[in-house]
Amino acid sequence: MKQVIHIFQKEFRTYFVSPIAYIVIAIFLLVTGWFFFMTFFLYNQADLRNFFAMLPLIFSFVVPAITMRLFSEELNIGSYEILLTMPVTFRQVVVGKFLASVVFVAAMLIPTLAYPISVAFLGQLDWGPVMGGYVGAVLLGAAFSAIGLFASSLTRNQIIAFITGMAICFSLTLVDKMLFFLPGILLGFLQYLGADFHFRNISKGVIDSRDILYFLSVSFVALFGTHLVLQEKT
Amino acid sequence: MIHVEGLTKYYGDLCAVDHIDFDIKKGEIMGLLGPNGAGKTTTLRMLTGFLRPTSGTIRVKDYTIDEHSLEIKKLLGYLPEAAPLYHDMLAYDYLDYVANMRELERERKLSRIRELAEVCGLNDVMHKPIAELSKGFKQRVGLAHAMMSNPEILVLDEPTLGLDPNQIVEIRDIIRKIGKEKTIILSTHILSEAEATCDRIVIIHRGKIVADSRTETLKQSASGESLINISLKKADLESVERELGSIDGITSFVPLDDEEGVLRVRLTCQSSQDLREDIYRRIKRTKWILLEFRQETKTLENVFRELTRES
Repeated sequence: MKQVIHIFQKEFRTYFVSPIAYIVIAIFLLVTGWFFFMTFFLYNQADLRNFFAMLPLIFSFVVPAITMRLFSEELNIGSYEILLTMPVTFRQVVVGKFLASVVFVAAMLIPTLAYPISVAFLGQLDWGPVMGGYVGAVLLGAAFSAIGLFASSLTRNQIIAFITGMAICFSLTLVDKMLFFLPGILLGFLQYLGADFHFRNISKGVIDSRDILYFLSVSFVALFGTHLVLQEKT
Repeated sequence: MIHVEGLTKYYGDLCAVDHIDFDIKKGEIMGLLGPNGAGKTTTLRMLTGFLRPTSGTIRVKDYTIDEHSLEIKKLLGYLPEAAPLYHDMLAYDYLDYVANMRELERERKLSRIRELAEVCGLNDVMHKPIAELSKGFKQRVGLAHAMMSNPEILVLDEPTLGLDPNQIVEIRDIIRKIGKEKTIILSTHILSEAEATCDRIVIIHRGKIVADSRTETLKQSASGESLINISLKKADLESVERELGSIDGITSFVPLDDEEGVLRVRLTCQSSQDLREDIYRRIKRTKWILLEFRQETKTLENVFRELTRES
Protein backbone atom coordinates (compact mmCIF):
# COMPACT_ATOMS: atom_id res chain seq x y z
CA MET A 1 0.00 0.00 0.00
CA LYS A 2 2.89 2.33 0.85
CA GLN A 3 4.41 1.74 -2.56
CA VAL A 4 1.09 2.62 -4.22
CA ILE A 5 1.05 5.91 -2.37
CA HIS A 6 4.65 6.72 -3.32
CA ILE A 7 3.97 6.04 -6.98
CA PHE A 8 0.76 8.05 -6.78
CA GLN A 9 2.58 11.00 -5.19
CA LYS A 10 5.34 10.96 -7.76
CA GLU A 11 2.97 10.82 -10.72
CA PHE A 12 0.63 13.43 -9.32
CA ARG A 13 3.49 15.81 -8.63
CA THR A 14 4.93 15.28 -12.08
CA TYR A 15 1.64 16.52 -13.56
CA PHE A 16 2.00 19.80 -11.80
CA VAL A 17 5.71 20.44 -12.36
CA SER A 18 5.28 20.16 -16.09
CA PRO A 19 2.92 22.44 -17.99
CA ILE A 20 0.63 19.56 -19.04
CA ALA A 21 -1.64 19.91 -16.02
CA TYR A 22 -2.25 23.61 -16.48
CA ILE A 23 -2.85 23.31 -20.21
CA VAL A 24 -5.29 20.42 -19.85
CA ILE A 25 -7.20 22.09 -17.00
CA ALA A 26 -7.36 25.40 -18.84
CA ILE A 27 -8.66 23.82 -22.01
CA PHE A 28 -11.19 21.74 -20.10
CA LEU A 29 -12.55 24.77 -18.24
CA LEU A 30 -12.68 26.90 -21.36
CA VAL A 31 -14.56 24.32 -23.39
CA THR A 32 -17.05 23.34 -20.70
CA GLY A 33 -17.56 26.95 -19.61
CA TRP A 34 -18.19 28.16 -23.11
CA PHE A 35 -20.60 25.40 -24.13
CA PHE A 36 -22.47 25.52 -20.87
CA PHE A 37 -23.04 29.26 -20.60
CA MET A 38 -23.63 29.72 -24.33
CA THR A 39 -27.08 28.20 -23.98
CA PHE A 40 -27.65 28.56 -20.26
CA PHE A 41 -29.50 31.87 -20.40
CA LEU A 42 -31.64 30.78 -23.34
CA TYR A 43 -33.09 27.88 -21.35
CA ASN A 44 -33.70 30.12 -18.37
CA GLN A 45 -33.51 27.16 -15.98
CA ALA A 46 -31.37 26.96 -12.88
CA ASP A 47 -29.85 23.52 -13.41
CA LEU A 48 -26.59 21.98 -14.62
CA ARG A 49 -28.07 19.34 -16.86
CA ASN A 50 -26.35 20.68 -19.96
CA PHE A 51 -23.02 20.82 -18.22
CA PHE A 52 -23.17 17.19 -17.20
CA ALA A 53 -24.62 16.10 -20.54
CA MET A 54 -21.49 17.08 -22.41
CA LEU A 55 -19.02 15.69 -19.87
CA PRO A 56 -18.74 12.16 -21.36
CA LEU A 57 -17.86 13.59 -24.76
CA ILE A 58 -15.32 16.05 -23.38
CA PHE A 59 -13.81 13.47 -21.05
CA SER A 60 -13.29 11.14 -24.04
CA PHE A 61 -10.75 13.67 -25.31
CA VAL A 62 -9.35 15.08 -22.10
CA VAL A 63 -8.82 11.96 -19.98
CA PRO A 64 -6.70 10.06 -22.54
CA ALA A 65 -4.57 13.21 -22.79
CA ILE A 66 -3.98 12.97 -19.06
CA THR A 67 -3.15 9.28 -19.03
CA MET A 68 -1.19 9.03 -22.29
CA ARG A 69 2.21 9.63 -20.70
CA LEU A 70 1.84 7.35 -17.70
CA PHE A 71 3.35 4.25 -19.27
CA SER A 72 4.38 5.38 -22.78
CA GLU A 73 6.90 7.85 -21.44
CA GLU A 74 8.45 5.28 -19.13
CA LEU A 75 8.70 2.77 -21.94
CA ASN A 76 10.17 5.38 -24.23
CA ILE A 77 12.95 6.73 -22.02
CA GLY A 78 13.59 3.34 -20.42
CA SER A 79 12.86 4.39 -16.84
CA TYR A 80 10.42 1.50 -16.86
CA GLU A 81 13.41 -0.72 -16.20
CA ILE A 82 14.30 1.29 -13.11
CA LEU A 83 10.72 1.25 -11.89
CA LEU A 84 10.37 -2.51 -12.19
CA THR A 85 13.69 -3.31 -10.54
CA MET A 86 12.61 -1.48 -7.41
CA PRO A 87 10.70 -3.59 -4.92
CA VAL A 88 7.23 -3.13 -6.41
CA THR A 89 4.68 -5.42 -7.98
CA PHE A 90 2.86 -4.80 -11.24
CA ARG A 91 -0.34 -4.31 -9.30
CA GLN A 92 1.12 -1.55 -7.18
CA VAL A 93 2.45 0.25 -10.24
CA VAL A 94 -0.86 0.05 -12.09
CA VAL A 95 -2.97 1.12 -9.11
CA GLY A 96 -0.61 3.97 -8.20
CA LYS A 97 -0.70 5.44 -11.67
CA PHE A 98 -4.46 4.92 -11.94
CA LEU A 99 -5.05 6.80 -8.68
CA ALA A 100 -2.87 9.67 -9.85
CA SER A 101 -5.01 10.04 -12.94
CA VAL A 102 -8.33 9.79 -11.07
CA VAL A 103 -7.28 12.37 -8.50
CA PHE A 104 -6.13 14.61 -11.32
CA VAL A 105 -9.57 14.36 -12.95
CA ALA A 106 -11.16 15.22 -9.60
CA ALA A 107 -8.82 18.20 -9.24
CA MET A 108 -9.83 19.31 -12.70
CA LEU A 109 -13.50 19.24 -11.67
CA ILE A 110 -13.00 21.37 -8.57
CA PRO A 111 -12.90 24.73 -10.39
CA THR A 112 -16.20 23.84 -12.11
CA LEU A 113 -17.89 24.04 -8.70
CA ALA A 114 -18.06 27.73 -9.53
CA TYR A 115 -20.86 26.92 -12.01
CA PRO A 116 -23.39 25.46 -9.51
CA ILE A 117 -22.49 28.16 -7.00
CA SER A 118 -23.12 30.96 -9.45
CA VAL A 119 -26.27 29.25 -10.73
CA ALA A 120 -27.51 28.97 -7.13
CA PHE A 121 -27.35 32.76 -6.91
CA LEU A 122 -29.46 33.14 -10.04
CA GLY A 123 -32.26 30.76 -9.16
CA GLN A 124 -33.47 27.83 -7.11
CA LEU A 125 -30.85 25.12 -7.74
CA ASP A 126 -31.72 21.54 -6.88
CA TRP A 127 -28.48 20.24 -5.32
CA GLY A 128 -29.41 16.54 -5.63
CA PRO A 129 -28.67 16.12 -9.35
CA VAL A 130 -25.58 18.29 -8.96
CA MET A 131 -24.13 16.02 -6.28
CA GLY A 132 -25.06 12.96 -8.32
CA GLY A 133 -23.49 14.57 -11.36
CA TYR A 134 -20.18 15.08 -9.61
CA VAL A 135 -20.13 11.56 -8.21
CA GLY A 136 -20.87 10.28 -11.71
CA ALA A 137 -18.19 12.52 -13.20
CA VAL A 138 -15.54 11.07 -10.92
CA LEU A 139 -16.69 7.52 -11.69
CA LEU A 140 -16.66 8.30 -15.40
CA GLY A 141 -13.21 9.83 -15.03
CA ALA A 142 -12.02 6.68 -13.27
CA ALA A 143 -13.35 4.39 -16.00
CA PHE A 144 -11.81 6.51 -18.77
CA SER A 145 -8.54 6.80 -16.82
CA ALA A 146 -8.31 3.02 -16.66
CA ILE A 147 -8.95 2.81 -20.41
CA GLY A 148 -6.35 5.52 -21.08
CA LEU A 149 -3.85 3.72 -18.88
CA PHE A 150 -4.43 0.53 -20.82
CA ALA A 151 -3.83 2.37 -24.11
CA SER A 152 -0.67 3.89 -22.67
CA SER A 153 0.74 0.52 -21.68
CA LEU A 154 0.39 -0.74 -25.25
CA THR A 155 2.88 1.60 -26.90
CA ARG A 156 5.93 3.71 -26.30
CA ASN A 157 4.49 6.49 -28.44
CA GLN A 158 2.36 8.95 -26.49
CA ILE A 159 0.40 10.13 -29.53
CA ILE A 160 -0.62 6.59 -30.42
CA ALA A 161 -1.56 6.03 -26.78
CA PHE A 162 -3.74 9.16 -26.86
CA ILE A 163 -5.51 8.24 -30.08
CA THR A 164 -6.11 4.63 -29.02
CA GLY A 165 -7.47 5.71 -25.65
CA MET A 166 -9.65 8.36 -27.22
CA ALA A 167 -11.05 5.92 -29.77
CA ILE A 168 -12.13 3.48 -27.05
CA CYS A 169 -13.64 6.17 -24.80
CA PHE A 170 -15.36 7.80 -27.75
CA SER A 171 -16.93 4.49 -28.83
CA LEU A 172 -18.19 3.81 -25.32
CA THR A 173 -19.71 7.28 -25.17
CA LEU A 174 -21.42 7.16 -28.54
CA VAL A 175 -22.51 3.53 -28.69
CA ASP A 176 -25.96 4.19 -27.25
CA LYS A 177 -26.56 7.01 -29.73
CA MET A 178 -25.88 4.61 -32.61
CA LEU A 179 -28.45 2.05 -31.49
CA PHE A 180 -30.71 3.03 -34.36
CA PHE A 181 -28.34 1.42 -36.85
CA LEU A 182 -27.64 -1.72 -34.89
CA PRO A 183 -29.41 -5.11 -34.89
CA GLY A 184 -32.37 -5.36 -32.55
CA ILE A 185 -31.26 -8.38 -30.58
CA LEU A 186 -28.14 -6.62 -29.39
CA LEU A 187 -29.89 -3.43 -28.37
CA GLY A 188 -30.16 -4.08 -24.66
CA PHE A 189 -26.62 -5.30 -24.42
CA LEU A 190 -25.13 -2.44 -26.39
CA GLN A 191 -27.12 0.14 -24.52
CA TYR A 192 -25.84 -1.29 -21.28
CA LEU A 193 -22.31 -1.00 -22.65
CA GLY A 194 -22.63 2.73 -23.29
CA ALA A 195 -20.89 5.00 -20.81
CA ASP A 196 -23.21 7.89 -21.60
CA PHE A 197 -26.31 5.84 -20.80
CA HIS A 198 -25.12 5.09 -17.26
CA PHE A 199 -23.76 8.55 -16.71
CA ARG A 200 -27.09 10.13 -17.65
CA ASN A 201 -28.83 8.08 -14.97
CA ILE A 202 -26.44 9.19 -12.28
CA SER A 203 -26.46 12.83 -13.32
CA LYS A 204 -30.23 12.88 -12.95
CA GLY A 205 -29.52 12.36 -9.27
CA VAL A 206 -30.52 8.70 -9.31
CA ILE A 207 -27.63 6.75 -7.87
CA ASP A 208 -28.35 3.21 -8.99
CA SER A 209 -26.04 0.37 -8.02
CA ARG A 210 -26.13 -0.94 -11.60
CA ASP A 211 -24.58 2.26 -12.91
CA ILE A 212 -21.94 2.33 -10.23
CA LEU A 213 -21.20 -1.30 -10.92
CA TYR A 214 -20.82 -0.49 -14.62
CA PHE A 215 -18.14 2.13 -14.05
CA LEU A 216 -16.33 0.01 -11.51
CA SER A 217 -16.29 -3.01 -13.82
CA VAL A 218 -15.06 -0.97 -16.80
CA SER A 219 -12.23 0.33 -14.60
CA PHE A 220 -11.43 -3.12 -13.34
CA VAL A 221 -11.39 -4.75 -16.77
CA ALA A 222 -9.14 -2.03 -18.21
CA LEU A 223 -6.75 -2.14 -15.25
CA PHE A 224 -6.59 -5.90 -15.43
CA GLY A 225 -5.81 -5.62 -19.14
CA THR A 226 -3.00 -3.19 -18.32
CA HIS A 227 -1.66 -5.64 -15.78
CA LEU A 228 -1.63 -8.41 -18.39
CA VAL A 229 0.06 -6.22 -21.00
CA LEU A 230 2.82 -5.27 -18.56
CA GLN A 231 3.37 -8.87 -17.56
CA GLU A 232 3.65 -9.85 -21.21
CA LYS A 233 6.44 -7.33 -21.75
CA THR A 234 8.97 -9.07 -19.53
CA MET B 1 25.68 -15.37 -2.66
CA ILE B 2 24.36 -15.63 -6.20
CA HIS B 3 23.92 -18.89 -8.01
CA VAL B 4 22.92 -19.01 -11.66
CA GLU B 5 22.19 -22.26 -13.41
CA GLY B 6 21.21 -23.01 -16.97
CA LEU B 7 20.01 -19.46 -17.53
CA THR B 8 18.47 -19.08 -20.98
CA LYS B 9 16.57 -16.31 -22.71
CA TYR B 10 14.94 -16.36 -26.09
CA TYR B 11 13.56 -13.29 -27.82
CA GLY B 12 11.22 -15.03 -30.21
CA ASP B 13 13.54 -17.31 -32.14
CA LEU B 14 16.66 -15.39 -31.21
CA CYS B 15 18.66 -16.96 -28.43
CA ALA B 16 20.21 -14.10 -26.47
CA VAL B 17 21.54 -16.07 -23.52
CA ASP B 18 22.23 -19.77 -23.83
CA HIS B 19 22.48 -21.96 -20.73
CA ILE B 20 24.95 -20.01 -18.66
CA ASP B 21 26.02 -20.97 -15.15
CA PHE B 22 28.07 -19.07 -12.63
CA ASP B 23 28.39 -18.46 -8.92
CA ILE B 24 29.30 -15.22 -7.26
CA LYS B 25 30.73 -15.14 -3.79
CA LYS B 26 30.08 -12.46 -1.25
CA GLY B 27 32.36 -9.46 -1.61
CA GLU B 28 33.43 -10.29 -5.13
CA ILE B 29 33.57 -7.77 -7.96
CA MET B 30 32.67 -9.63 -11.09
CA GLY B 31 33.14 -8.19 -14.56
CA LEU B 32 30.88 -9.42 -17.32
CA LEU B 33 32.68 -8.90 -20.60
CA GLY B 34 31.68 -9.48 -24.16
CA PRO B 35 31.33 -7.83 -27.55
CA ASN B 36 28.18 -5.89 -28.40
CA GLY B 37 25.12 -8.08 -28.45
CA ALA B 38 26.77 -10.91 -26.54
CA GLY B 39 23.97 -11.05 -23.98
CA LYS B 40 25.47 -9.02 -21.14
CA THR B 41 22.54 -6.70 -20.61
CA THR B 42 20.02 -9.52 -21.01
CA THR B 43 21.82 -11.51 -18.32
CA LEU B 44 21.82 -8.57 -15.94
CA ARG B 45 18.17 -7.81 -16.65
CA MET B 46 17.23 -11.35 -15.73
CA LEU B 47 19.34 -11.15 -12.61
CA THR B 48 17.52 -8.01 -11.49
CA GLY B 49 14.11 -9.46 -12.20
CA PHE B 50 13.25 -7.13 -15.08
CA LEU B 51 13.11 -9.94 -17.63
CA ARG B 52 11.76 -13.38 -16.99
CA PRO B 53 14.19 -16.16 -18.03
CA THR B 54 12.95 -18.62 -20.64
CA SER B 55 14.48 -21.34 -18.52
CA GLY B 56 17.05 -21.79 -15.79
CA THR B 57 17.23 -20.67 -12.20
CA ILE B 58 18.68 -17.73 -10.36
CA ARG B 59 19.18 -17.97 -6.63
CA VAL B 60 20.21 -15.04 -4.49
CA LYS B 61 20.94 -16.11 -0.94
CA ASP B 62 18.00 -18.40 -0.21
CA TYR B 63 15.61 -16.79 -2.63
CA THR B 64 14.76 -17.86 -6.16
CA ILE B 65 13.73 -15.30 -8.72
CA ASP B 66 10.48 -17.10 -9.62
CA GLU B 67 9.08 -17.16 -6.14
CA HIS B 68 10.71 -14.31 -4.28
CA SER B 69 11.42 -11.65 -6.88
CA LEU B 70 10.34 -8.92 -4.46
CA GLU B 71 12.83 -10.02 -1.80
CA ILE B 72 15.61 -10.24 -4.37
CA LYS B 73 14.77 -6.76 -5.66
CA LYS B 74 15.18 -5.49 -2.12
CA LEU B 75 18.68 -6.97 -1.92
CA LEU B 76 19.77 -5.55 -5.26
CA GLY B 77 20.72 -2.10 -6.42
CA TYR B 78 20.66 -1.72 -10.18
CA LEU B 79 22.05 0.86 -12.56
CA PRO B 80 20.67 0.16 -16.03
CA GLU B 81 22.62 0.98 -19.16
CA ALA B 82 22.81 4.75 -19.77
CA ALA B 83 20.85 5.50 -16.56
CA PRO B 84 17.35 6.12 -17.95
CA LEU B 85 15.96 8.50 -15.32
CA TYR B 86 12.81 10.62 -15.22
CA HIS B 87 13.68 13.75 -17.15
CA ASP B 88 11.38 16.23 -15.54
CA MET B 89 12.26 15.57 -11.92
CA LEU B 90 14.90 17.40 -9.92
CA ALA B 91 17.83 15.26 -8.88
CA TYR B 92 16.85 15.72 -5.25
CA ASP B 93 13.19 14.86 -5.85
CA TYR B 94 14.24 11.80 -7.75
CA LEU B 95 16.47 10.52 -4.97
CA ASP B 96 13.74 11.30 -2.46
CA TYR B 97 11.30 9.24 -4.52
CA VAL B 98 13.78 6.37 -4.71
CA ALA B 99 14.33 6.55 -0.96
CA ASN B 100 10.57 6.28 -0.46
CA MET B 101 10.26 3.36 -2.83
CA ARG B 102 13.13 1.64 -1.07
CA GLU B 103 11.22 2.13 2.18
CA LEU B 104 13.82 4.16 4.01
CA GLU B 105 12.57 5.61 7.25
CA ARG B 106 11.77 9.27 7.32
CA GLU B 107 14.62 10.15 9.69
CA ARG B 108 17.23 8.20 7.77
CA LYS B 109 16.12 9.45 4.37
CA LEU B 110 17.65 12.90 4.47
CA SER B 111 20.95 11.78 5.95
CA ARG B 112 21.23 8.98 3.40
CA ILE B 113 20.57 11.33 0.49
CA ARG B 114 23.21 13.73 1.85
CA GLU B 115 25.67 10.88 2.25
CA LEU B 116 25.15 9.69 -1.32
CA ALA B 117 25.38 13.21 -2.71
CA GLU B 118 28.74 13.42 -1.00
CA VAL B 119 30.01 10.03 -2.23
CA CYS B 120 28.83 10.56 -5.80
CA GLY B 121 29.74 14.25 -5.98
CA LEU B 122 26.21 15.47 -6.60
CA ASN B 123 26.06 18.43 -4.24
CA ASP B 124 26.07 21.06 -6.99
CA VAL B 125 23.33 19.51 -9.10
CA MET B 126 20.76 18.44 -6.50
CA HIS B 127 18.35 21.19 -7.50
CA LYS B 128 18.62 20.87 -11.24
CA PRO B 129 16.17 18.94 -13.42
CA ILE B 130 17.69 15.65 -14.52
CA ALA B 131 17.12 16.54 -18.18
CA GLU B 132 19.63 19.40 -17.82
CA LEU B 133 22.39 17.28 -16.33
CA SER B 134 25.37 16.15 -18.36
CA LYS B 135 25.76 12.47 -19.06
CA GLY B 136 28.36 12.02 -16.35
CA PHE B 137 26.11 13.54 -13.71
CA LYS B 138 23.14 11.47 -14.86
CA GLN B 139 25.31 8.42 -14.46
CA ARG B 140 26.18 9.51 -10.93
CA VAL B 141 22.53 10.10 -10.04
CA GLY B 142 21.93 6.58 -11.35
CA LEU B 143 24.71 5.28 -9.14
CA ALA B 144 23.26 7.05 -6.12
CA HIS B 145 19.90 5.52 -7.03
CA ALA B 146 21.44 2.05 -7.09
CA MET B 147 23.13 2.50 -3.72
CA MET B 148 20.17 4.13 -1.97
CA SER B 149 19.11 1.24 0.24
CA ASN B 150 22.72 0.23 0.90
CA PRO B 151 22.05 -3.08 -0.90
CA GLU B 152 24.26 -6.09 -0.50
CA ILE B 153 24.53 -6.60 -4.22
CA LEU B 154 25.10 -3.93 -6.85
CA VAL B 155 24.45 -4.61 -10.51
CA LEU B 156 25.95 -2.01 -12.84
CA ASP B 157 25.39 -2.14 -16.58
CA GLU B 158 28.22 -0.32 -18.34
CA PRO B 159 28.73 2.19 -15.55
CA THR B 160 31.33 4.23 -17.39
CA LEU B 161 29.61 4.41 -20.76
CA GLY B 162 29.97 7.82 -22.34
CA LEU B 163 31.99 9.41 -19.58
CA ASP B 164 35.18 11.40 -20.05
CA PRO B 165 38.48 9.93 -18.81
CA ASN B 166 38.43 11.89 -15.53
CA GLN B 167 34.90 10.81 -14.75
CA ILE B 168 35.77 7.22 -15.61
CA VAL B 169 38.54 7.26 -13.05
CA GLU B 170 36.22 8.80 -10.47
CA ILE B 171 33.47 6.25 -11.05
CA ARG B 172 36.01 3.45 -10.88
CA ASP B 173 37.26 4.78 -7.57
CA ILE B 174 33.71 4.84 -6.25
CA ILE B 175 33.17 1.26 -7.40
CA ARG B 176 36.43 0.16 -5.80
CA LYS B 177 35.49 1.93 -2.59
CA ILE B 178 32.05 0.40 -2.25
CA GLY B 179 33.31 -2.93 -3.59
CA LYS B 180 35.19 -3.53 -0.37
CA GLU B 181 32.06 -4.54 1.45
CA LYS B 182 29.61 -5.30 -1.34
CA THR B 183 29.15 -7.83 -4.06
CA ILE B 184 29.29 -6.08 -7.41
CA ILE B 185 28.49 -7.31 -10.88
CA LEU B 186 29.36 -4.93 -13.67
CA SER B 187 29.22 -5.33 -17.40
CA THR B 188 31.55 -3.57 -19.76
CA HIS B 189 33.24 -3.94 -23.09
CA ILE B 190 36.23 -1.89 -22.02
CA LEU B 191 38.92 -4.37 -21.07
CA SER B 192 41.19 -2.07 -19.15
CA GLU B 193 38.24 -1.20 -16.96
CA ALA B 194 37.55 -4.81 -16.10
CA GLU B 195 41.23 -5.31 -15.48
CA ALA B 196 41.39 -2.33 -13.18
CA THR B 197 38.27 -2.95 -11.11
CA CYS B 198 37.26 -6.61 -11.14
CA ASP B 199 38.44 -9.55 -9.07
CA ARG B 200 36.96 -11.96 -11.49
CA ILE B 201 36.11 -11.84 -15.17
CA VAL B 202 33.48 -13.75 -17.08
CA ILE B 203 33.60 -13.38 -20.83
CA ILE B 204 30.46 -14.21 -22.77
CA HIS B 205 30.10 -14.49 -26.48
CA ARG B 206 26.88 -15.17 -28.37
CA GLY B 207 25.09 -15.97 -25.14
CA LYS B 208 27.63 -18.52 -23.93
CA ILE B 209 30.35 -18.26 -21.32
CA VAL B 210 33.73 -18.64 -23.00
CA ALA B 211 35.95 -17.77 -20.05
CA ASP B 212 35.45 -17.53 -16.31
CA SER B 213 38.42 -16.98 -14.05
CA ARG B 214 40.12 -14.59 -11.68
CA THR B 215 41.56 -11.53 -13.35
CA GLU B 216 45.19 -12.46 -12.56
CA THR B 217 44.80 -16.00 -13.86
CA LEU B 218 43.34 -14.70 -17.05
CA LYS B 219 46.18 -12.23 -17.44
CA GLN B 220 48.77 -14.95 -16.80
CA SER B 221 47.24 -17.25 -19.33
CA ALA B 222 47.39 -14.32 -21.68
CA SER B 223 51.08 -13.73 -21.10
CA GLY B 224 52.11 -17.34 -21.79
CA GLU B 225 54.27 -16.21 -24.67
CA SER B 226 55.72 -12.97 -25.87
CA LEU B 227 56.45 -11.69 -29.32
CA ILE B 228 59.58 -9.85 -30.39
CA ASN B 229 59.68 -7.86 -33.57
CA ILE B 230 63.03 -7.01 -35.10
CA SER B 231 63.93 -5.17 -38.29
CA LEU B 232 67.39 -5.71 -39.76
CA LYS B 233 69.30 -4.23 -42.64
CA LYS B 234 71.88 -6.21 -44.58
CA ALA B 235 70.47 -9.55 -43.40
CA ASP B 236 68.54 -12.47 -44.93
CA LEU B 237 66.11 -14.86 -43.30
CA GLU B 238 68.36 -17.90 -43.57
CA SER B 239 71.29 -16.37 -41.76
CA VAL B 240 69.00 -14.90 -39.11
CA GLU B 241 67.51 -18.31 -38.45
CA ARG B 242 70.95 -19.85 -38.26
CA GLU B 243 72.31 -17.18 -35.95
CA LEU B 244 69.37 -16.82 -33.56
CA GLY B 245 67.85 -20.30 -33.84
CA SER B 246 70.28 -21.69 -31.32
CA ILE B 247 68.86 -19.54 -28.52
CA ASP B 248 66.74 -21.62 -26.17
CA GLY B 249 63.14 -20.52 -25.90
CA ILE B 250 62.54 -19.12 -29.37
CA THR B 251 59.83 -21.24 -30.91
CA SER B 252 59.25 -19.69 -34.31
CA PHE B 253 60.43 -17.18 -36.90
CA VAL B 254 57.83 -15.44 -39.00
CA PRO B 255 59.05 -13.05 -41.68
CA LEU B 256 56.80 -10.02 -41.97
CA ASP B 257 56.39 -7.78 -45.02
CA ASP B 258 59.65 -7.10 -46.83
CA GLU B 259 60.76 -3.58 -47.40
CA GLU B 260 63.57 -2.67 -49.74
CA GLY B 261 66.68 -4.09 -48.11
CA VAL B 262 65.08 -4.41 -44.67
CA LEU B 263 64.16 -7.73 -43.15
CA ARG B 264 61.40 -7.79 -40.55
CA VAL B 265 60.98 -10.90 -38.44
CA ARG B 266 58.62 -11.79 -35.63
CA LEU B 267 60.04 -14.15 -33.04
CA THR B 268 57.74 -16.07 -30.73
CA CYS B 269 59.29 -16.70 -27.33
CA GLN B 270 58.27 -18.43 -24.17
CA SER B 271 57.97 -15.65 -21.73
CA SER B 272 59.34 -17.54 -18.74
CA GLN B 273 62.68 -15.85 -19.44
CA ASP B 274 63.61 -12.59 -21.03
CA LEU B 275 65.54 -13.39 -24.22
CA ARG B 276 66.21 -9.87 -25.34
CA GLU B 277 69.69 -9.77 -23.92
CA ASP B 278 70.76 -12.95 -25.73
CA ILE B 279 69.27 -11.81 -28.98
CA TYR B 280 71.01 -8.47 -28.76
CA ARG B 281 74.41 -10.09 -28.11
CA ARG B 282 74.03 -12.39 -31.11
CA ILE B 283 73.04 -9.55 -33.38
CA LYS B 284 75.95 -7.45 -32.16
CA ARG B 285 78.41 -10.11 -33.38
CA THR B 286 77.17 -9.85 -36.96
CA LYS B 287 77.35 -7.03 -39.47
CA TRP B 288 73.58 -6.48 -39.50
CA ILE B 289 72.19 -3.09 -38.77
CA LEU B 290 69.44 -3.16 -36.17
CA LEU B 291 66.61 -0.75 -36.99
CA GLU B 292 63.84 -1.94 -34.67
CA PHE B 293 63.72 -4.14 -31.61
CA ARG B 294 60.36 -4.34 -29.84
CA GLN B 295 58.73 -6.78 -27.44
CA GLU B 296 54.95 -7.28 -27.32
CA THR B 297 53.28 -9.09 -24.49
CA LYS B 298 49.96 -10.70 -25.16
CA THR B 299 47.42 -8.72 -23.19
CA LEU B 300 43.90 -9.34 -22.04
CA GLU B 301 42.87 -7.79 -25.28
CA ASN B 302 44.42 -10.60 -27.28
CA VAL B 303 42.69 -13.18 -25.11
CA PHE B 304 39.41 -11.38 -25.51
CA ARG B 305 39.82 -11.18 -29.25
CA GLU B 306 40.75 -14.83 -29.52
CA LEU B 307 37.80 -15.98 -27.45
CA THR B 308 35.21 -13.83 -29.14
CA ARG B 309 36.42 -13.93 -32.71
CA GLU B 310 33.68 -14.62 -35.21
CA SER B 311 34.38 -18.06 -36.55
